[in-house]
Amino acid sequence: MKPITKRYEVSGDDFTHAGEASSKVKAALKQLGYAPDAIRRTAIAMYEGEINMVIHANGGLASVEIYPDRVEILLDDHGPGIENVELAMQEGYSTAPDEVRALGFGAGMGLPNIKKYTDDMRIESKLGVGTKVFMTVKVDREE
Amino acid sequence: MSGFYHSVTLDEEKCKGCTHCMGRCPTEAIRVRDGKARILSERCIDCGECIRVCPHHAKRARYDELSRLQEFEYTIALPAPTLYGQFSSLMDIDYVLSGLIDMGFSDVFEVSRGAEIVSDATRRLMKDKKLPLPVISSACPAIVRLIRVQFPSLVDNVLPLQAPIHVAARMAKEEAAKKTGLPFEKIGVFFISPCPAKVTDVVQPIGIERSWVDGALSMADIYPRLVEKMNKIKTPRALAQSGIIGVSWASSGGEASALIREQYLAADGIENVKAVLEELENSTLRSLEFAELNACPGGCVGGVMAVENAYVAKARIQRLRKYLPVSLNHADGMGGDYLDWDSRLEYIGVMELSQDLGEAMEMMARIDELTEVLPGLDCGSCGAPSCRALAEDIVTRGARQNDCIFILRREASSAGISVSQGLMSPADKDGESH
Repeated sequence: MKPITKRYEVSGDDFTHAGEASSKVKAALKQLGYAPDAIRRTAIAMYEGEINMVIHANGGLASVEIYPDRVEILLDDHGPGIENVELAMQEGYSTAPDEVRALGFGAGMGLPNIKKYTDDMRIESKLGVGTKVFMTVKVDREE
Repeated sequence: MSGFYHSVTLDEEKCKGCTHCMGRCPTEAIRVRDGKARILSERCIDCGECIRVCPHHAKRARYDELSRLQEFEYTIALPAPTLYGQFSSLMDIDYVLSGLIDMGFSDVFEVSRGAEIVSDATRRLMKDKKLPLPVISSACPAIVRLIRVQFPSLVDNVLPLQAPIHVAARMAKEEAAKKTGLPFEKIGVFFISPCPAKVTDVVQPIGIERSWVDGALSMADIYPRLVEKMNKIKTPRALAQSGIIGVSWASSGGEASALIREQYLAADGIENVKAVLEELENSTLRSLEFAELNACPGGCVGGVMAVENAYVAKARIQRLRKYLPVSLNHADGMGGDYLDWDSRLEYIGVMELSQDLGEAMEMMARIDELTEVLPGLDCGSCGAPSCRALAEDIVTRGARQNDCIFILRREASSAGISVSQGLMSPADKDGESH
């Protein structure tokens, strides 16, 4: 079956719009009658990724493919890239600027949370070029 | 889907088919068809927003008439604490309660007493860590219904306790039965409601099989007669039996602050509440313990069946409660069935396109295509609240593409029919894609 595809430009200019793309995906999944647990995990993971793109990469492109059994998300940015992906994946590690922390973001839980709530996650990052975060949420989670 | 009772109804004669209500409905439950604003029953949560905004007073709340008191031998009025904020220069709640007796009720039982018991029970449940956090208040029936149709991952966070009216109603009836020796069916318990959502919750409660409330009266409806009686009172009877905690439930933040915890949030106004629920769904408020959510601005004082401005009423209640004790009612010795829900809250997928995921996906693909073709103005002229909603209606409800006046104009002009040039073509749509 052909997936439902959604593409969103995530603006890096205005922090107040952050989270809109994941909110729209969440609404679409509800309308499709997706399993609540899969909706919740997709919403959290994509939200964290979207916020990351806004904080660190001045926005980017979010592409979402919805299949009957899974949601695949690619977050693609042209930001500075991640120097050490392994370090970035550690809970509590953050390079977020102070003004973002003042809003309650930048606790260093973004990438670890994406890992926690998805069934598959992959990061491709090149310094000075950008970062691609691939994530898959399956309806039936493999334990 | 059928079997949904609604207290929000339409007065066909007064409805002009304008789009005020349609644009404000939080669940996109209104469509203008044949010049009248119809309600999609399965989506309506009885929040009353349409009543609030209708300039023609065509959207109305259904409630019981005072004459229903005659059906019972003994009657008890259950005033919501919001009622206390409706009178200027009121210094003592007993005037209101005595006025209700003078209107013809045999007795009164304050809903704020039930509220204090629910507060106490909530404090205990949270102290024993028996509830998933954050706990979401179940007191506003419009919000419970909103969660039920739109927030599947939050249904288990809703406080599984009966709302204060149901708790108060049962206590009132049992107390009266003991006092009078009458059987329950001869005792009529009447709630004095500030909103249509609570009227619905009396007829069709969530969490319990049947409410102990026998009828719901409108605050605005009884107001003139109550004021008349109150003005004649020289010395009121001593009837008030609740404190600051119970009375404070009338406005936003009252229920939450009664928990005496720091990590709480109180949001009011249905759009604000929706935004908070979205955040809760994304788990962005991790340290939050309790969320008090009210559909009306200001809390219950903002109900569409209240008389006074919400913020004026709130200020009056703040003054009234000043010399009250903290709380006079506690949950000690109340068996679980007085307070607990009988059944858990179940998500109802009324917003879903189809029961079959494959079919739903095909429909959504078609809706996405149609949305691209529509002008993206969300003008409402087609009778749907947005272009996206029209696309959905074309796929699911038999609406047509040329219900859109811009598409109709294009079709007409390509058929050689000239349509008013007054309709400007909308700019090319730049939406969420590409």
